Amino acid sequence: MQTTLRVRRYNPEDPEPKPFFEDYQLELDSSDSVLDGLIKVRETLDDSLTLRCSCRGAICGSCGMRINGHAALACKTKVVSIAASGETIEVEPMNNMPVIKDLVTDMAPFWEKIRQIQPWMRPAEPAPIAEYLAPPESMNHLAGVMSCIMCGVCVSDCTVLEVDNKFVGPAALAKAYRFVADPRDSTTTTRLEALNEPNGMWDCTRCMECIQVCPKGVGPMDRIMALRAKGLEEKVPSTCGSRHAEVFTDIIKHKGILDEPMLAIRTFGLKHVGRLLGMAPMVMQSVFKGKVPLSGPLHRPIASIQHIQRLFRRVRTKS
Amino acid sequence: MKYAFFPGCVSKGACPELYQSVMQVYPQLGIDLEEMATASCTGAGVLQEKDEKLGDVLNARTFALAEQRGLPIMTICSTCQGVMSQANHRLTTQPAYLQEVNGMLQEEGLSYRGNTTIKHFLWILLEDVGEDVLRQRITKPLTGLRAAPFYGCYIQRPTEALGFEEHPDRGKSLERIIEILGAEVVDFPGKTRCCGFPILTINKINSLSMVATHTQDAKSHGADIMVTPCPLCHLNLDGMQSQAANQHNTSINLPILHLPQLLGLAMGMEQKVLGLNRNLISATKALQKIGVG
Repeated sequence: MQTTLRVRRYNPEDPEPKPFFEDYQLELDSSDSVLDGLIKVRETLDDSLTLRCSCRGAICGSCGMRINGHAALACKTKVVSIAASGETIEVEPMNNMPVIKDLVTDMAPFWEKIRQIQPWMRPAEPAPIAEYLAPPESMNHLAGVMSCIMCGVCVSDCTVLEVDNKFVGPAALAKAYRFVADPRDSTTTTRLEALNEPNGMWDCTRCMECIQVCPKGVGPMDRIMALRAKGLEEKVPSTCGSRHAEVFTDIIKHKGILDEPMLAIRTFGLKHVGRLLGMAPMVMQSVFKGKVPLSGPLHRPIASIQHIQRLFRRVRTKS
Repeated sequence: MKYAFFPGCVSKGACPELYQSVMQVYPQLGIDLEEMATASCTGAGVLQEKDEKLGDVLNARTFALAEQRGLPIMTICSTCQGVMSQANHRLTTQPAYLQEVNGMLQEEGLSYRGNTTIKHFLWILLEDVGEDVLRQRITKPLTGLRAAPFYGCYIQRPTEALGFEEHPDRGKSLERIIEILGAEVVDFPGKTRCCGFPILTINKINSLSMVATHTQDAKSHGADIMVTPCPLCHLNLDGMQSQAANQHNTSINLPILHLPQLLGLAMGMEQKVLGLNRNLISATKALQKIGVG
């Protein structure tokens, strides 16, 4: 099939370096991946094209890049799955990390964040002579998160990192969950307390970009949600994030539907009254426009709230 | 076309204009609604942070109530839609889990067999009402209006739970509606990104940065207005836009319309009838440009 690869190029050694797009037209087989196409470009059309790749089999995690606006492994993305014959495929370096040259990004900030969560076992007992033993049933649930190949694809498409590079990010948080949920690690609470800090587990927007793009089914955001549940269970010091989840759940338990003003008031509490007052401009504008939701005793529970409350009790008891 | 109508907490709370506008437009589209007055909140992904199974039990109850009536569910909120779709996906792909959840519903006299379809109003417009009927109802095409779509994460991802394989056009459904209404689609990179609302209470600076980025980006691509099928996105993009502009030392003033408000305008309805007077960023100037509303 005839395909055009539109590649974002960047060479820091140019006299005036700036990114630009370059089109390469080539003939590809229906079985070719985007990586096959790029390698063909480099071998037959332009040997200056720079990219990073190794295994070509979605194992090494080297060829992460953005393809038609979303991050993916180029070796795992079949050309026919994203473009009809004659269509253009846009290829760019991963987002949220510095570009070294063309499609090669600097992974140093990525690794720094992985190191930040201390990705090694911290058992209470001295190291055994042979391996650490754990029953399979206590480890099976970690098989998915252990599939992570550190490709950086989830980090590339993270919506929080787009606006704040201090956020620890989905890959590091998924890796953190791998140790928090490992029965052999003895520092669960310490880990959760560290993750509870600003730029940690509560800063994720739950946008699911990382779940959608992860090439290995790790589901980083699901792991972040599991970390939050563990934090709530372990009662690590409350944050606006944890109180938001606790208060939200409590309101649903008592009313069946959300009482928005009460959620804000109880989430911020006296401790963060300044942040509550920070919502005042929006609240006053809303009052002026006649769109203030009812709250407190005026906000009536749904009919059949007793059913909801019984379900809350039953789930708690049976779980 | 009758549906069990799940309005969601926000259309009954902080965004009453959404409920108001959908009530105005639906009778003219051949749609019949039966509101689910006893259904609970979906959990909005927040309750699920604490206990996913609890969320699935509450949503299974809602699905079972609709199933009893033999009706598909209609939502008007991307977040409600996404959370329900994810719960339904877990329940219908794991028979043992469904059985466990049904064990908890049993004492309420309910059981969910896995047959309830959950559809956002956006999808219903294209898949059930259909383009032909929609076009017949348009009396004031929005010709000349440049509209930027903004979906809300939960109606875009994860695609597996949202039925994108069976309905691949859902990913571009908002653009299609804008075209049918006669307006011009303003494509911009942020249309499927996060509005920032879920972290508004946690990290307001980042939340407002997202509002500013997407609204400014849409404006720089030439948008007169933005339209969204998600009231939570609306709360942030409309409600927090002036604070986001202040944070970035700029002014933005991009009107954010709920999907049924834009539809109602094209159906010849007045701004006030559609609750546009309740949107914080006024759309009057943008609409005057094309002589609508």
